Amino acid sequence: MTTIRTRMGDGHAVEMTADEIRSDVVAGTEDAADRGRIPALTEQECDWLVELFCRSDRVVGVDQGHEVVLTDDGSVNALYGAQSSSGVGVPVSREMGIRVYERAFCMDSMEVGHPDYSFKPVRPIVALEQQAMESTLLSTIVPMYYGAMPNLALYARPDGPFPNPADLLPMGKIDEARAAQEEAGEYCFRDMVYVAKKMWEVGADGINFDTTASAGDVEFLATLRAVEQVAGSTGLTIEVGMAAEFVLGMHGKVAYQGTRLAGLYPHEQVKLVEAAGAHVFGPVVNTNTRRSTAWNVSRAATFVKACSEAATIPVHANVGIGVGGVPMCETPPVSMVTRAGVAMVEIGKADGL
Amino acid sequence: MGSGDPFGMPVSHSLASGMGGIRTAGDLVARMQLHRKMRLPEAKAFVAAKLGLSPVELSDEVVMRELREELDIGVITSVPGASKALAAKARIGRLLDLKINSVEILKEKMK
Repeated sequence: MTTIRTRMGDGHAVEMTADEIRSDVVAGTEDAADRGRIPALTEQECDWLVELFCRSDRVVGVDQGHEVVLTDDGSVNALYGAQSSSGVGVPVSREMGIRVYERAFCMDSMEVGHPDYSFKPVRPIVALEQQAMESTLLSTIVPMYYGAMPNLALYARPDGPFPNPADLLPMGKIDEARAAQEEAGEYCFRDMVYVAKKMWEVGADGINFDTTASAGDVEFLATLRAVEQVAGSTGLTIEVGMAAEFVLGMHGKVAYQGTRLAGLYPHEQVKLVEAAGAHVFGPVVNTNTRRSTAWNVSRAATFVKACSEAATIPVHANVGIGVGGVPMCETPPVSMVTRAGVAMVEIGKADGL
Repeated sequence: MGSGDPFGMPVSHSLASGMGGIRTAGDLVARMQLHRKMRLPEAKAFVAAKLGLSPVELSDEVVMRELREELDIGVITSVPGASKALAAKARIGRLLDLKINSVEILKEKMK
């Protein structure tokens, strides 16, 4: 029986028959539908994905005319950074790297970001970051964000001043854990607003709140409040990219405009991000390393399609390592990276990646 | 887009799915999404109308290379005398009826 060489969610090659790929595509969309309480992909959409994964092409692409806008996160850490940022260690400055991304990689937009890439460490050195932004704006044409992560965990001990909910919760100190997160969330909110306003002052086009809700529902709330504040006091375009498909209920009770945040999936997250005043939403769907890429891409496309249908603002699906159906490995195979991106566009109806 | 090495992420997605940045009209469509919250079809239609093109031509490298030089809004190759950076953004702002923050700050300083 003829088999197709494809990949598992951890990036390793696997031989599968067309029937096995079909079975995984159907199982992937049904898993998303069940978890998110959203419609599964249609039979025609499943057929399209099966054909995509049965093709022998190394690289695939969207149909001509279906190209989408690219926004980046992590700035150019991947160019000059080290392994932790997927960095390839090229000795270039951030400004030089951004020009390489603009003029050699043909990105549609770009961002300036600090190597530490969180708002908390940026606050004390924001003047340096403003200069990097000003310098970059003087030499580039594409829209320029400043990007960083809310990263609420940095405000908890030992990295920050507040008690750590991960220590308190196992001890049964639920109220104390909630109070610590609420206090930390206030400081996180202030740092985000402060940095965003500083970037507006020096000419940035936008602010990118990346990897939002990595520490759960309080971090999501702090970010939504920051979006509201920044949208109301600056002309910045605001992007909110998520950390995971599901908002963890580390607190469990916090709400925004009457909606409890814990447990929200992308099609629900986007409605709150819109209400807060953001311009672009970046949904994340996690990759399961033990399932095939066909299963993962089908599942991710199902969530992204529901999100795109619910949204009134542009949706830029995350398709980096370990999300959006892309395998979770340091050197993601381009065969799977391009298939994941194309599926988010053609099936997920994303406005960008 | 997401985390990953430059070849695995920006290069791969740019080739497979991206609009092409300043090599085509990618930055212009991006500006309409980012500044005006336009969904992709609306943003493409708006820019295409401004440029007198069809939406599919926005990603046509040959059409856009010539048109960008003609409009003097910045081109991908290094052309002496062509508008660069802020000058190109000022012309893009005028073309798309947008106020671009860095351009507005420059105008303010020139008063």
